[in-house]
Amino acid sequence: MIDVNSPEILRAIAGGMLIGAGTATLLLLNGRIAGVSGILGNVLRKAVGEQGWRLAFLLGLLVPALVLGTGPAQLPRHWLWAVVSGLLVGVGTQIGSGCTSGHGVCGLANLSTRSLVATLVFMMTAVLTVFVVRHGGVP
Amino acid sequence: MKFLTALAAGLLFGAGLLVSGMTDPANVLGFLDFTGEWRPQLAFVMGAAVLTAAPSFWFVRKRRRSLLGDTVDLPDRRRIDKQLLAGATMFGVGWGLSGICPGPGLVLLASGHGMAYLFMAAVIAGMWLVQIMRNKESFR
Repeated sequence: MIDVNSPEILRAIAGGMLIGAGTATLLLLNGRIAGVSGILGNVLRKAVGEQGWRLAFLLGLLVPALVLGTGPAQLPRHWLWAVVSGLLVGVGTQIGSGCTSGHGVCGLANLSTRSLVATLVFMMTAVLTVFVVRHGGVP
Repeated sequence: MKFLTALAAGLLFGAGLLVSGMTDPANVLGFLDFTGEWRPQLAFVMGAAVLTAAPSFWFVRKRRRSLLGDTVDLPDRRRIDKQLLAGATMFGVGWGLSGICPGPGLVLLASGHGMAYLFMAAVIAGMWLVQIMRNKESFR
């Protein structure tokens, strides 16, 4: 059973509320969607005019970790996995127009069926991938 | 002003990722793996984020302007096409391999760890690749 009073779950809920508050802030004040892959992709595309707020948002994302540190983080052990994973994330989020924040948070909060489908698809393929990596004898 | 509000939004979002534990890929992979000791945190993070953000989407849909008077840029695409499905599938595989998605990936740059830089460099390269291919297509 899930213990909803465990510190991990309480932190998850508090952190989720902060993420939601950040999303609401950008939408209510700037009228823009807080989808990280979309914002990053548009910075790379050098989309006209709007770069200021995008860079400010990405900077804001980094600052808490620069001040407080990132804490424990289990990063890929081999460089090949970091590269393959990153490439798929970059290509996939551009083709599919969003990631966990754009489809998973903003899209669901906007009651978008398109984002719900995308979220279910990337969740299921991620679950399958973890299963294959952990139990399929991948070295 | 737009710069400051976007900075504030990023600060809240970045703090949320840290507090939630989602910057540790072990928590993400633990959620995606149902066979081991399951870590349910990610569901609570997404649930709380969606519920907190939802009223603001409802509000701007009615008003059509942001509080600072900007146009509201809500995606209007509704079609579930091959691109969406193929992209989400590739993203899911990539996410499942490392447990890192773009938000936490950026935050992890602050760790100074080489693997985090390598991952984000590959993300950017992948994004560029798609953009270059799309530009070529539109010139034909």
